[in-house]
Amino acid sequence: MYDGAKIITGLAVFGAMVTLPAWYGWAGGSHGDAPELAPPAHGEHCVESVEFMRSSHMQLLNQWRDQAIRRGSRSYRSSSGETYKISLTGTCLDCHQAKAEFCDRCHNYMGVQPTCWNCHVEPTGVKP
Amino acid sequence: MNKSRRDFLKKAGMTLLGASGARFVILGIADAEHLPDSGGSGVRRRWAIAIDTEKCASQGDCTACIDACNAEHNIPRIDNPEEEIKWIWKERAKAVFPHQLGNDSPRTLRDREIPVLCNHCENPPCVRVCPTQATWKRDDGIVMMDQHRCIGCRYCIVGCPYGARSFNFRDPRRAIDKLRSDYPTRTRGVVEKCTLCAERLAIGAQPACVEACEATCGAMVFGDLANPDSAIGRLVRTTLTMRRKPELGTEPKVHYKL
Amino acid sequence: MLEKALDGGRGYWAWVCTLLALIGLGFVAYLHQFNNGLTVTGLSRDVPWGFYIAQFTFLVGVAASAVVLVLPYYLHDFKAFGKLVVLGEFLAISAVIMCMLFIFVDMGQPMRVVNVILFPTPHSLMFWDMTVLCGYLVLNVLISRVTFRAEIQELPPRPWIRPIIILSVPWAVSIHTVTAFLYSGLAARPFWESAVLAPRFLASAFSAGPAILIMLALLLARITAFDVGDKALHRLSTIMLYAMLANLFFVAMEFFTVFYSSIPEHTHHFRYLFSGLEGAHRLVPWMWFSLILGTGCAIGLLVPRLRHQRSSLAFLSAGIVLAIWIDKGLGMVVGGFVPSPLGAVTEYWPTLPEVGISTGIYAIGALILTGLYKIALSERAVI
Repeated sequence: MYDGAKIITGLAVFGAMVTLPAWYGWAGGSHGDAPELAPPAHGEHCVESVEFMRSSHMQLLNQWRDQAIRRGSRSYRSSSGETYKISLTGTCLDCHQAKAEFCDRCHNYMGVQPTCWNCHVEPTGVKP
Repeated sequence: MNKSRRDFLKKAGMTLLGASGARFVILGIADAEHLPDSGGSGVRRRWAIAIDTEKCASQGDCTACIDACNAEHNIPRIDNPEEEIKWIWKERAKAVFPHQLGNDSPRTLRDREIPVLCNHCENPPCVRVCPTQATWKRDDGIVMMDQHRCIGCRYCIVGCPYGARSFNFRDPRRAIDKLRSDYPTRTRGVVEKCTLCAERLAIGAQPACVEACEATCGAMVFGDLANPDSAIGRLVRTTLTMRRKPELGTEPKVHYKL
Repeated sequence: MLEKALDGGRGYWAWVCTLLALIGLGFVAYLHQFNNGLTVTGLSRDVPWGFYIAQFTFLVGVAASAVVLVLPYYLHDFKAFGKLVVLGEFLAISAVIMCMLFIFVDMGQPMRVVNVILFPTPHSLMFWDMTVLCGYLVLNVLISRVTFRAEIQELPPRPWIRPIIILSVPWAVSIHTVTAFLYSGLAARPFWESAVLAPRFLASAFSAGPAILIMLALLLARITAFDVGDKALHRLSTIMLYAMLANLFFVAMEFFTVFYSSIPEHTHHFRYLFSGLEGAHRLVPWMWFSLILGTGCAIGLLVPRLRHQRSSLAFLSAGIVLAIWIDKGLGMVVGGFVPSPLGAVTEYWPTLPEVGISTGIYAIGALILTGLYKIALSERAVI
């Protein structure tokens, strides 16, 4: 390879710069201002455990989506044996009423932009 | 349909009557045929609509069915006819039945404005062409749309012989008069169409258009065509009804009495 | 090998910069479309496909036409195409990439493009079109790389590539056939519902493709020391001529069947294109121009002197490309939508963003082609 040393040095510098934010966070040992989400006022527990919901609510929502729309079955049996109606705005948001407080804060922190609300309508505080 | 099946449906109907309570009673659906298939009961349903166009025309410029559908499904009002979203709307009968109605047909018939919507074909060409199965035919014959999966290629619009599909050229949210939260809107860049109110059938209600029509002149009849004892089964078997472009072999399930 | 594309004179870089500028403009136009939706195009309820899909259709033909070099050279040992074959394969690579880009910019939800792969749907022709186009791209990249490398090293190409080359022949036919099936399998659109559509697509492709190659070869002969030779040009112009005659014959078949049977749904579309319908006649001058130009150029090519002289050949080839581009890139797609299934006459014309995005894609194709041709000619040490 011609100019091998230069190329490899250049690539190394590029790689370091691209991953800089990750190194910065790791070295600082902090996660920034991670939002503390308050549990909803009513409702004893979520459809699944908090840990599961935290890590896998997106997969669960996708499963709900496919089950309701594609298989026409709108009831979900949770791992604890309870039955819930499959509905984002009806079931999820019935407890987690403030989307801005619950969904958005964490999504903003993580820098993710789920497209749910492009179509689904928040029950309260309807904004066009 | 055999006796035990009817009994089963009746029982299922009673259960649902209890479950969904008041709404069911107000609608006054005593006939078990409106209930969704509870599964394992054998005969496949074929949901269908029959429209008596003469009765419909007697109401003049009535748009009850259209208004009900638009409100039910958060359908945007877009004034540009090139980008309109329509699930059910009115067309001149001569455009709907160009082969059957000629220049010498009765003028009142030719110029009659009749409701058109997705025909929920038995052999839907839109389903055949869709590259992602975002549109597919359910077991009960409803040609369904999964807006989550649609990539917006518009091949289904190209394939539909009835012009029943609409594409969201722009964000529809801003053009919705009264946003309701219990039904999603659509997003920019996906195709949509009539779903025969699958979400209402799931709770034992009739499609919104049929319900609204019943409140005015009752020109629309909805039911299971696979059940010869249903109102629509009797109607289609005893009266001459027409379907749009039957020569294409799509087997539409919206019947018209001209 | 690739670094040869980065080493050129002033003219070369001026051309590359022009293309980059056009790509930049196209990208800006695409961002506009991405942010506002397909409302920025001239498309509508009644005309849901337009300029993008039409360019895609035309370019699939250009891509498929590499086979008119591959087949005579590899299967019939027609040596005069030796220097030209790889240029044809490079043209195919560039055209297939443009095809994919045109499909991409036509999508309402481009971020969901992988759904086509995540949910493979064999009953959709769109799925097969994607499959055959991707396969064709891989085949051409592989074949051109292996054979060109062997040529530069002055070695015979590896024997395992030969069955792959033979496979690429029916594969080229398949890409345009499947593209025709996208249209001709639709009961909803009588204009395309014709068994002669796929043969017609192939005939027009095997005329327009060689025409583009002839023009490229003549251009290279002018600006570089590379000359494909008269023998190759003669054979290519003969292929172009007879493919065009076949195309015109198929068009005549369409006209006869449609107008003699006089089924209204079938005649309406042809009437819209060639005489106008209900006062809508935007495409009429274009369609007549295309038909007369195509016929005129075919007649011109029948004259041996005009076919053999380079200056007249360049003109006639340009005429053929233009005639077929209007036919496929404007009339063929839009004509199928007017009138609509409900008899509505809605006309279509591409908007500025649409033209800008399309120009950007053509510039990407031209850039890829420029780079590949630069490599080919540099390695052959003719520039």
